[in-house]
Amino acid sequence: MIWFKPSILSPSYADARLGWGLAAAAGLAAAILLLIVLLLLRESWPVLQRVGGVRFFADQGWYPAEEMYGLAPMLWATLAASFGAVLLAGPLGVASALFCRHYAPFSVARLYRRMVTLLAGIPSVVFGFWGLTVLVPLLAQFQPPGASLLTGILILALMILPTVALTADAALAAVPDAYLRGAAALGLSRGATIAGVVLPAARGGIISGVLLATARALGETMAVLMVAGNVVQTPTSLFDPVRTLTANIALEMAYASGDHRAALFVSGLMLMGLVIILAAAAWRLSGGRLHG
Amino acid sequence: MAKYGLFSMTITSNLDRFMTLAIWSAALLVAAAFLWLLGDVLWHGAAHLSWSFLTEAPENAGRSGGIGPILVSTLMILAVAVAAAVPLGLATAVWLTEFIRPGSSFGRLVGLSLDVLAGVPSIVLGLFGNAFFCVYLGLGFSILAGGLTLACMVLPIFIRTAEAGLRAVPADWRNGAAALGLSRGAALIHILLPAAAPALAAALMLGIGRAMAETAALIYTSGYVDRMPSSLSDSGRALAVHIYDLSMNVAGGDPNAYASALVLITLLIIINSTALWLAENLLQRRIVTA
Amino acid sequence: MTSTIDMHCRPATGTPADAYTLGPLQSGPSCCDPEPLIRVENLSLSYDNKPALAGVTLDIYRGCITALIGPSGCGKTSFLSSLNRLTDLIPGCEVEGRILINRQDARAPDLDVQTLRRQVGMIFQKPNPFPLSIRRNLEMPLREHGVRNRSELCDRLERTLTDVGLWDEVKDRLDTPALALSGGQQQRLCLARALALEPSVLLMDEPCSALDPLSSAVVEDLIQRLRGRYTVVIVTHNLAQARRIANYAGFFWVRERAGTLIEFGRCQQIFEEPAHDLTAAYVSGARG
Ligand SMILES: Nc1ncnc2c1ncn2[C@@H]1O[C@H](COP(=O)(O)OP(=O)(O)OP(=O)(O)O)[C@@H](O)[C@H]1O
Ligand SMILES: [Mg+2]
Repeated sequence: MIWFKPSILSPSYADARLGWGLAAAAGLAAAILLLIVLLLLRESWPVLQRVGGVRFFADQGWYPAEEMYGLAPMLWATLAASFGAVLLAGPLGVASALFCRHYAPFSVARLYRRMVTLLAGIPSVVFGFWGLTVLVPLLAQFQPPGASLLTGILILALMILPTVALTADAALAAVPDAYLRGAAALGLSRGATIAGVVLPAARGGIISGVLLATARALGETMAVLMVAGNVVQTPTSLFDPVRTLTANIALEMAYASGDHRAALFVSGLMLMGLVIILAAAAWRLSGGRLHG
Repeated sequence: MAKYGLFSMTITSNLDRFMTLAIWSAALLVAAAFLWLLGDVLWHGAAHLSWSFLTEAPENAGRSGGIGPILVSTLMILAVAVAAAVPLGLATAVWLTEFIRPGSSFGRLVGLSLDVLAGVPSIVLGLFGNAFFCVYLGLGFSILAGGLTLACMVLPIFIRTAEAGLRAVPADWRNGAAALGLSRGAALIHILLPAAAPALAAALMLGIGRAMAETAALIYTSGYVDRMPSSLSDSGRALAVHIYDLSMNVAGGDPNAYASALVLITLLIIINSTALWLAENLLQRRIVTA
Repeated sequence: MTSTIDMHCRPATGTPADAYTLGPLQSGPSCCDPEPLIRVENLSLSYDNKPALAGVTLDIYRGCITALIGPSGCGKTSFLSSLNRLTDLIPGCEVEGRILINRQDARAPDLDVQTLRRQVGMIFQKPNPFPLSIRRNLEMPLREHGVRNRSELCDRLERTLTDVGLWDEVKDRLDTPALALSGGQQQRLCLARALALEPSVLLMDEPCSALDPLSSAVVEDLIQRLRGRYTVVIVTHNLAQARRIANYAGFFWVRERAGTLIEFGRCQQIFEEPAHDLTAAYVSGARG
């Protein structure tokens, strides 16, 4: 036997086969996304072809029975709820991360970080349920009916806060110690160090975390569905009940058929587009890695 | 940051005082909201929780009775999701860490598509699951369809966590195995996968936690039926869906919804803490062997 | 998978390999045939297009110990890894030139690297026992290479552990984790693990540098005892050690950002009458 020549039974062939098998698995995993996009397109194609894309923005309202497919009010509601939630959760999340890294004593910081991690694991339906039984009645005392854009924003903010806090915490942890020592050597106070050195150095990580959180807020269904009131209208005040795109799908899929069903898939496509734009932005900011 | 004590000795400026105040109040606010939510669920839920609640079937649309069949459906959905996601995810993670050259374009493409998949809203996954598994593949509203939809959802989390775990295995062992003429397969089975086992378990736990918390992706795939499922092709109601249904569609369902929420949160805290513990344990082992 | 071609140094009379002894230490290859076991011709190596080795040509003789010396970063590890094609594992690493092992091209694309690596064992600078028991560390590679027979496995286990002087120390705890051994014991275990596969060539990359002087002396004695039975290529920063154990020595140096072989020859010659100024300066401790 010539010891260098590989045989069909030799381990190198086994390795090559293993490699191909694994590559096939990876290809399949990657193909899921493609499959999702293709299926959404396929399901929404009939109505897109018949009424065209523009009418989903231009129609005066959402009356699928009368072939009015205006998604604009719900799109505005989605954007308003997400924007409000990020406006609240962004600063609070960054403050939480700063609290852990630079303000809290060690044991408190550990406890707090664990709490935020657990908060991240609480299901959205529980947030929604709590909002529905506690927040909505509370708000209704001042501004009936209670279920409104505001409650949606509050619950969403609470939900995405852990995302902001945990990514910001990781970004703060990545700030080199040498920067802190340098600032301390210059006699900078803690506040000045954080404002002048730490936050600018961690900016990229924090912003990509906020973008991720925005994507979560845009895509969230249950929490807003349960507390935001579900009336299709363009919000004009914080106390208006609103319906988001996600909530609309969850509410109407139960009975939708034909063009109505296809129109729901169009709104799914729209959500997907929004999320992909945000993911691309976060991807660029974080230099190619989003999760983990 | 021990070197900045809570009260530092330097003279603090107004900006400093303001920032300290703002950050402490933000932290307290978040903690208060968290405790309020948890306390509320615990307070109202504990009152209705009992052994029979966990085992009995729901009655009167869930207003009374328990959640026995719902727990069984939840477990079956999770089992399907795990059975589909783990082999595929493990194979992908192994391929991404051990088989491709860094910077390979196919590898980057797979990574990118997984990252985008991780961000797909769960209701959109529900739409996809409904159109693909229920209608196109003809599975109907079933535990199988729901589980497969959840598998798509947890796949990216599982892969990314497993990947990180495999990358943390010291390169010495890979070189050592290669120098002994071991095949990559043998190195994986005997050395790399066992060494990364805690991280793989953490990945599994994270995935299960995420799947268990999911509602929107299940409503239109595994459905609402709250009877005891007899096979994977039966529709089955997951615990999260049960809470949603009780609080939105059933007047007077709140007490049982609270108890169900308590059960769900307790299970999730156990699962997520296990994942956390495993990940930390892995970190310690790395430090010891390094 | 078992190779039938015998690459060990064998006297012409045909007595078994382990009965063979070389002549006096510095006498070089009085071995059966003067043809080198490994011929390296004009080997160049680069990482990400940055050259690390350029134009290395040298011969390694059967049954002898060849020491490679030179300052840090001159490409000694890279040279060793190209012999058993461990460089294949490094992304961006390109090798050029010819490597003949036992007259066969080690860089042939259709070569079975696993068989090659089985016959060309390697010991690393940092001991790297697997996170398994002592027994499994030795048995797992054997099983993977098709040795399944229980008694054969036990036999080899005991023989190689005795060979490296570890048997008495570990025979009562073969099933405990190998990572609980001391550094010196771990390194000897790695050596035993490589020897159990019955390789022809052993590549050692600074095998003693992570060990204390006592363990280092034990491993050095061990390497001495391998002479004749195995062809050993050892990288070491310890010049005295190279002088004590090697038959041949090669001196590497960085020239124009790439490592090159400055001088190669009998150990005695390299250390006592080097032909090159750089070598003279290095071995006398003046440079490097
Ligand atoms: N994996 C790698 N990627 C890129 N460059 C490398 C890699 N390994 C080694 N090099 C470079 O190649 C050159 C030779 O390295 P090598 O490790 O072979 O040197 P060495 O002689 O073994 O050094 P030492 O005595 O310190 O072990 C060095 O300049 C090193 O920076
Ligand atoms: Mg080296």
